[in-house]
Amino acid sequence: MAYKRHIDRLPIIPADAKKHNVTCHYCIVGCGYHAYTWPVNKQGGTDAAANAFSVNLAEQQPADTEAWYAPSMYNVVKQNGKDVHLVIKPDHACVVNSGLGSVRGARMAENRRSDKTGTQQQRLTEPMVWRYGTWQPTSWNDALDLVARVTARVIDKDDENDLFVSMFDHGGSAGGYENTWGTGKLYFGSMKVKNCRIHNRPAYNSEVHSTRDMGVDELNYAYEDYTKTDTIMLVGTNPLECQTNLFLNHMVPGIRNGAKVIIVDPRRTVTANACEVEAGAENVLHLAIKTGTDLALFNTLFTYIADQGWVDKDFIAASTLGGDVAVPQDEAHPAALGSFEMARAKCNMSLAEGASITGLAEADIVKAAEWIAKPKEDGSRRKCATGYEKGIIWGNDNYRVIGALVNIGLATGNIGREGGGVCRLGGHQEGYFRPSDSHVGRPAPYIDQLIIAGHGKVHHIWANDHYKTTLNATEFKREYNRRTNMVKDAMDAHAGATREELVEAIVGAINAGGLFSVNVDIIHSQIGQAAHVILPAVESGEMNLTSMNGERRLRLVEKYMDGPGNAKPDCLIAAGLAQNLERVLREDGREAYADQFKGYDWTTEEDAFMDGYHSGNPEVTYDRLRAMGNNGVQEPVVGFENGQLVGTKRLYTDGKFTRHGREDGKALFCGGEWRGMQAPGKAYQRDNFAFLINNGRANVIWQNWFLDKANDFVSDRFPIPYIEINPEDMAELGVKAGDLVEVFNDVGATQALVYPTPTARRKETFMVFGAPNGAQGNIVNAGTNELILPNYKHTWANIRKISDAPASAADLSFKSMEYSAG
Amino acid sequence: MDRCTKLVDVGRRQFLRGGALAAAATATSVALPAAPARAQVALARLDYPSNRLGNVADLKPNEPFDVTYPDENAPGVLLKLGTSVEGGAGPDGDIVGFSTICPHKGFPLNYVAADRTLNCPGHYSRFDCEAGGQQIWGQATQNLPQYALRVDEKGDIYAEGVDELLYGRLSNVL
Repeated sequence: MAYKRHIDRLPIIPADAKKHNVTCHYCIVGCGYHAYTWPVNKQGGTDAAANAFSVNLAEQQPADTEAWYAPSMYNVVKQNGKDVHLVIKPDHACVVNSGLGSVRGARMAENRRSDKTGTQQQRLTEPMVWRYGTWQPTSWNDALDLVARVTARVIDKDDENDLFVSMFDHGGSAGGYENTWGTGKLYFGSMKVKNCRIHNRPAYNSEVHSTRDMGVDELNYAYEDYTKTDTIMLVGTNPLECQTNLFLNHMVPGIRNGAKVIIVDPRRTVTANACEVEAGAENVLHLAIKTGTDLALFNTLFTYIADQGWVDKDFIAASTLGGDVAVPQDEAHPAALGSFEMARAKCNMSLAEGASITGLAEADIVKAAEWIAKPKEDGSRRKCATGYEKGIIWGNDNYRVIGALVNIGLATGNIGREGGGVCRLGGHQEGYFRPSDSHVGRPAPYIDQLIIAGHGKVHHIWANDHYKTTLNATEFKREYNRRTNMVKDAMDAHAGATREELVEAIVGAINAGGLFSVNVDIIHSQIGQAAHVILPAVESGEMNLTSMNGERRLRLVEKYMDGPGNAKPDCLIAAGLAQNLERVLREDGREAYADQFKGYDWTTEEDAFMDGYHSGNPEVTYDRLRAMGNNGVQEPVVGFENGQLVGTKRLYTDGKFTRHGREDGKALFCGGEWRGMQAPGKAYQRDNFAFLINNGRANVIWQNWFLDKANDFVSDRFPIPYIEINPEDMAELGVKAGDLVEVFNDVGATQALVYPTPTARRKETFMVFGAPNGAQGNIVNAGTNELILPNYKHTWANIRKISDAPASAADLSFKSMEYSAG
Repeated sequence: MDRCTKLVDVGRRQFLRGGALAAAATATSVALPAAPARAQVALARLDYPSNRLGNVADLKPNEPFDVTYPDENAPGVLLKLGTSVEGGAGPDGDIVGFSTICPHKGFPLNYVAADRTLNCPGHYSRFDCEAGGQQIWGQATQNLPQYALRVDEKGDIYAEGVDELLYGRLSNVL
């Protein structure tokens, strides 16, 4: 039977409950919520005067009411050490979501740690050190001293290359401007760490180098542009599941206003179905290309649109660079950049050739070109808003394919104008403010492969779980376990030793090839099983936290509850680590180096915010952001007038493009010709294994399941990740719905439950990524593009049955996920 | 007391857009509550009325039978699925009852007989009537509230409880 909470009533929010501004800390959309808290021994009443909504709650409330909350929006938590009721419910006045809650955000309250209701007991509450053969709780001083002493042994003023760092760069969650600054100041300010990576990729690099090199920031529009456009183009993205309320609250109204929809995706998603429901199938063009051929499609569209003369000549003349090649192709630029004509020559591809490579009908490519760019009957230009995401970011030939898509936007004058934009839809929110990373270099070091090859001696990890979310994960885990176990062995062999003796033992082990692993996270993660020191962090809402969403909307989440136990904001953990390093280095007599670790005398996250983000954006303070509420202000903030921060609705409205840093303000086109399956080893897998293992997110699960694996509602629905397989393929494999299958290839193996999917093309499966008990990354090979951008999407493998459905999956629904009107 | 008309109206607008028939929202036969519902504050669980919703003879296989429970403002449906399911009532173990208000935003659900699901025209959520109302896909953060049913020797079907909070009320019994 499906999981039921058997909760048939909830405490009523009293009229005098405390109300906090909250931006959902999961996906990039950043829906507005309010957190209400009130003392545990109080409650509101059904009389209008006795509740926060001023309505009679003894009556049934209508659809879309503000005066209701689900059991998932309720919990009992600590606030200033006291138990309080907590309700986190969507904000109807927030322009981002207009009161909508997604299946992820509307579980924020339930996914808070509570000693009273027992939720999220997996949250870390105190530092732990590997001692007596397992992890033992200890104080911050003890844990940070050990980290500092071991770290100080492998770094020096002129050589910090033995310290490897994996650190998040995102907003929301436990990221945000406060925490990226705390970690950034430590590793890029006090130190110049070169061997580092980001939470979802094996190097410290941009996911979208080419658009930036072309002068176009990847978040350049406003969400309202989807409601003011003629065509919505969605590339390698599934916004109904991954940016839910962007789709429901902005794209759907745009479609109802008459916008046509082009979807580029080898897979039919629920987004495609919903677009057809809203627009009618005749107004939705699903270009189900052969996987990885996006570049050929975009170059063909670009060529066709240019040949038809459907380009914005004035815009090209005024806002893009003339001449020929401005930036030649080289090690740091996988394609040449320059003028429109240069790109036209390089990218030239006929309809016949494009159709042949992509597997599409020529007529459909023509139709897409018309929907994007063919002038209307009165001669006016069409508007087209384009959203793209991991289908091409984690796809084939990242640099060129994103460049080719931006080419179309530039050529048609669709960037910097109402109803336009060529933008990432995004994963997390953003919240990046750090010292320059230029010392890292480009291409950046491929950290995972360096670790596999035995490099690095100390590894600091900030909310990264490579074991679930990296590529080549089978080999990475095997080698990481081996190297960190060498250090655990050394520590075990020195039980009872003094601190000095223990540090010597650890250093001995790492000099013999071991790796000392320090894990900062909110839970004991999978890679955290290899850690020697574990440091507990807090999340958004357990601290004040600022982030921006996919239209650059900056908001402050107000702290509404205590963090678990002794957990701290990452920025303050980084400060503590810096202070301990300074102390240890001074004790060591390394005074000049110790001086580099000054400047961390922060006592709150607001101190870190002022030291970092505020220093570059002097108009922005916590008080001013608090006053801007859940609608916040769109970055960049350009002033403060009449008590309000003044922001920027969309970028480049003046036709000047600046993201590349060029003083002329001219955008560049990308001249990247099609070159097949670019990353090493991909063509081999394609030719030697039966099934494409496409992969990505599922609606109900946030990110790598880090909280959701302990959420009863989610784990009841998907106790194990699923893999969508065409029923005819299932018959050939001899598997049925819910069977547990092994997915294996030349680099590893993983597991999933069979989800029959008639809309899946033969031999093309889709598997949920990042699962704790079936990491898809196990079977992704190590191949990346020239700038170390991984290609998770292009993985081929064979499939075999492991067993009938496990008990946890025996009663699950395996019906189609597509809405039906009946 | 009338049904909550605003709630139905929102659903109708959506249904018209989607071209669907509002199976669950257009009640053809509504059994009156046998006992007045009343709020309880002193019990760990609410005291639910035991209401006769219909008789086994009223149900045709795979055709939704509109009901309300625990009061007239809470629309729901009885279904005779034709095959026994866990939690199913009646001689064949195949009778189930669900709320037909989507627990996401309160839109009326429509029944799709072809795959025995309840579907929300508001935000495309789907619930499986053969799997305890499990949300197959959607934006609700709970599975569909299901009735605890009892069938007596005369074939009368009684609802005697609900296993999740109903949308639009902070107490299932108002």
